Amino acid sequence: MNAINYSQLLQLLWPEIIVTITALAVMAADLLFLRRAALRVRFATVAVLASAGCIAAILKLLIAPAQGTLLDGIFLSNPLTHLVQAALLVITILTLLLSVDSTFTEHVGEFVLLLLLATTGMMFLVASQDLLVIFISLELLSLSVYILAGFDKRSPRSSEAALKYFLFGGMSAAFMLFGFSLLYGFANSTSLVQIASAIHGLPLNPILVLAIVTTVIGFGFKIAAAPFHFWAPDVYQGAPLPSTAFIASGSKVASFFIFFQVLVLGFAGAEGSATRHFQSGWVPVLIAVAVASMLLGNLVAIVQTSLRRLLAYSAVAHAGYMLLAFVAHTQQSLGALLYYVATYSLATLGIFGIIALTEKQLGNDTISGLAGLSRRAPFLSACLFIFLLSLAGIPPLSGFFAKFLLFASLLAADSGSRLFVGLVLFAIAMSAVSLYYYLRVLKSVYVADPPTEAEAIHSSLLMKTVIGLLAGGVVALGCAPDLLLNHILKVIHASGL
Amino acid sequence: MLAWTIYISFLGALALLLLPSRRAAWARILALVTSLITFALTLTAFIQHRSGEMFTVASLPWIPSMGIQFSLKADGISLTLLLLTGVIGICGVLFSWNVDHRIKEFFAFYLVLIGAVYGVFLSFDLFLLFVFYEIVVIPKYFLIAIWGSTRREYAAMKLVLYSFIGSAMVLVGLIAAYVVAGSKSTSLADLAGYPFSPHFQMGAFPLVFVGFAILAGLWPFHTWAPTGHVAAPTATSMLLAGVVMKLGAYGCLRVAMTLFPLGMAPWGFHVLGLGSWRDVFALLAVIGILYGALVALVQKDFKFVIGYSSISHMGFILLGLMTLNQIGISGAVVQMVSHGILAGLLFGVVGRMVYARTHTRDLNALGPMHLSKAIPFAAFTFVIAGMASMGLPGFSGFVAELMILIGTWRSYPTLILFVAIGLIAGVAYIWRAMQMAFFSGNETPSAPPEHPLPPISFPERLGTGILICASVIVGTFPQLFLNVIHPALNSPLFQGLRKGGW
Repeated sequence: MNAINYSQLLQLLWPEIIVTITALAVMAADLLFLRRAALRVRFATVAVLASAGCIAAILKLLIAPAQGTLLDGIFLSNPLTHLVQAALLVITILTLLLSVDSTFTEHVGEFVLLLLLATTGMMFLVASQDLLVIFISLELLSLSVYILAGFDKRSPRSSEAALKYFLFGGMSAAFMLFGFSLLYGFANSTSLVQIASAIHGLPLNPILVLAIVTTVIGFGFKIAAAPFHFWAPDVYQGAPLPSTAFIASGSKVASFFIFFQVLVLGFAGAEGSATRHFQSGWVPVLIAVAVASMLLGNLVAIVQTSLRRLLAYSAVAHAGYMLLAFVAHTQQSLGALLYYVATYSLATLGIFGIIALTEKQLGNDTISGLAGLSRRAPFLSACLFIFLLSLAGIPPLSGFFAKFLLFASLLAADSGSRLFVGLVLFAIAMSAVSLYYYLRVLKSVYVADPPTEAEAIHSSLLMKTVIGLLAGGVVALGCAPDLLLNHILKVIHASGL
Repeated sequence: MLAWTIYISFLGALALLLLPSRRAAWARILALVTSLITFALTLTAFIQHRSGEMFTVASLPWIPSMGIQFSLKADGISLTLLLLTGVIGICGVLFSWNVDHRIKEFFAFYLVLIGAVYGVFLSFDLFLLFVFYEIVVIPKYFLIAIWGSTRREYAAMKLVLYSFIGSAMVLVGLIAAYVVAGSKSTSLADLAGYPFSPHFQMGAFPLVFVGFAILAGLWPFHTWAPTGHVAAPTATSMLLAGVVMKLGAYGCLRVAMTLFPLGMAPWGFHVLGLGSWRDVFALLAVIGILYGALVALVQKDFKFVIGYSSISHMGFILLGLMTLNQIGISGAVVQMVSHGILAGLLFGVVGRMVYARTHTRDLNALGPMHLSKAIPFAAFTFVIAGMASMGLPGFSGFVAELMILIGTWRSYPTLILFVAIGLIAGVAYIWRAMQMAFFSGNETPSAPPEHPLPPISFPERLGTGILICASVIVGTFPQLFLNVIHPALNSPLFQGLRKGGW
């Protein structure tokens, strides 16, 4: 092992350092100067400060990127990680902007601090190929979001959500750590590449099978795949909205990316196969998880009456679609995965922004409560229309193209495979089911008549702008997918994953 | 220029949404102007391209990394159907002149639907075609669910799910074809030229064909159509039966049959006397003709009669396609136009002239109202449209059905008998509906009714006139269309089909 080079470490870590410093600065500013100011002023000032920090980190990532690898992949910095980190920072900024109008807490500084710490955790998470660092940064992320979920102290639901999230999360982290320890014992190293070379060429032994299963459980929890999704509906429903939006978008992006890396790099050689000759490995496991997620998520979403719970189950379903990219595990499918999760995050953030506005005035998040929204808030309804149809996969919105890309990459991985054709057929049939429940929401919004004494829904200009931008992004990425796709494919080739 | 039909429709929809609320009444005018412009564009293109050969409308790289192009092309077949869309588009606006509930949104959804239909007929890139094909789905839902009648929310959801499942099947087939052909291009010409293995074609053809045929009302996947047509507001019924169902038939011909011609080759064994997918679909088409006609014969609801008659007429189109000879397929295309016009007209009479005035569609209740006296124009129109729909010479239905019958005679002589029964039933159900709705009041009413029905308005008369003229033109000068359809069928695109067929 070579000695650590601290100046290089500093060079590579600049973006993370910027975000951490911002987090502390924001906390200090709020505690020292803004204590007496009005809540909205505090939120606005703090959000602007934090966004400035994130923008600085993005600029550092995009304009003057440093590339390199430290200590066999304990920390790496290449175009791919830069892109993912930049995407995570953008999501954080959007979450911050969406939280400006919130009133759920007076601890503004602490809230933003946790949000930025979670972001730091995610940035480390996606930039490592070492089990130990992955686990530590995953815990940094998880512990921050557990608290974020329970941040609304006045709401018992929020506390319930946080407790459930924490208990399930703790369990799955224990599973994951157990799996990692087995891997370490097997390979005598925590580096993914070393582990892969230790696995390579050997027949699958029980220890490895156990390690695969526990790793899938650990990450399956983070991405809310069935049957590890039980926290999702409660957290989506109970947590304060900005936290939910963050958990549903940022945390998903980071977890999917690192899950893919761990499997493809760390378990290379243990893929197994389910196509022509069955061979045990992680691909059959993931096929089972993906099918279960698509089936359960879509079917259970049908009967939901709360929009937030509906989104939670639809998130389970989307996790199922995205797991198909793991089944294909090619460069192309990684590109499809990143495109999918990015556009999915945009739509989800937008929907939660809209829920934040309507919930404040309607007092609940039921689907029937949205009746006649199109007459009360035409702009928000139009945006909701775009977001939901994008999730359902209707062209020309980005959700459709993401699905197209994903399914094409799955078939391209083994074009003769009947199993893959079957999986694609199943996934598309399930998206027809999803259209049903998304349309139920839109039916309430557009078809049903508003209650008689209904007033217009008020929304601040800032919220409208952010939501409008998100909707514009969803449309633009659907009409011109090359804007993002080209870049994704380029950086994947450049980093050679 | 032809590409502007799509853009103008979408821009018109956008303009409608931005229209200030106090000017909502302008929405009709705006929608009418938009559809007039698009019709003028299609007519100009039709006159300019008399040769019927394929010409490029627009071609731009869209997603180069996937080999997807924004490619619009038109040939005789698509020109014919574009013209139909233009005519139906105008008449739909004219027949919905009485809509005043959320009028801006109504016409906005309407124009999005029209624009997407133009898009499907023009697309030459399969990805693009699919995009437009799916855009069609969403406005239909809202048009029916918001402005519809009988069980509208159920009917709208059923229709959308059927369409979406159909397009899902198409999507799987298209992705498979794209990947098998090397993921280089989604252009129709490139994929149709790729030699897919017969095994692959055997699997992909029924998938894609049925996917499109669901929208064309193929029995037994037709059940969305009658409920959807009945629930829809008049203009939407006209569009649904007039052009949207044609999208399905067009997709069958343009995509399924050109991409996978070997899928129609014999299996090499027989199941229940059926030796290929072609036999299967021809049989289903004939069942559709018979079933639609017989069910229409016993309906109590006036609109259901027309709804089921659509199934019957769409069966002719699918049968025409499956004959795989030139006269049969061109007959199918002419039948698409003919049925588009006549279904539009019939739904216009039933939905707008009768139902909007009497607020009932129950044939038994309509009888005593003496509609032939109260609204003679409606009775007159229905007689004309009914005769055209039965296939009386001089109208479009006659030419189309004759061509399809000749084609069928050459390919499936045994099926002719059943088709003939369907034709007779077609005469019967129209006759029955006409008699029960308009002419069944025995004695002349002693006193004039307390609430006289409002007279037929000018837009309705105009729309009726346009549609009747169109039907007569197609019926008397079919050569006008056949001259552009034949060269299109003889183009290289249909080469694979010709090798296996005529």
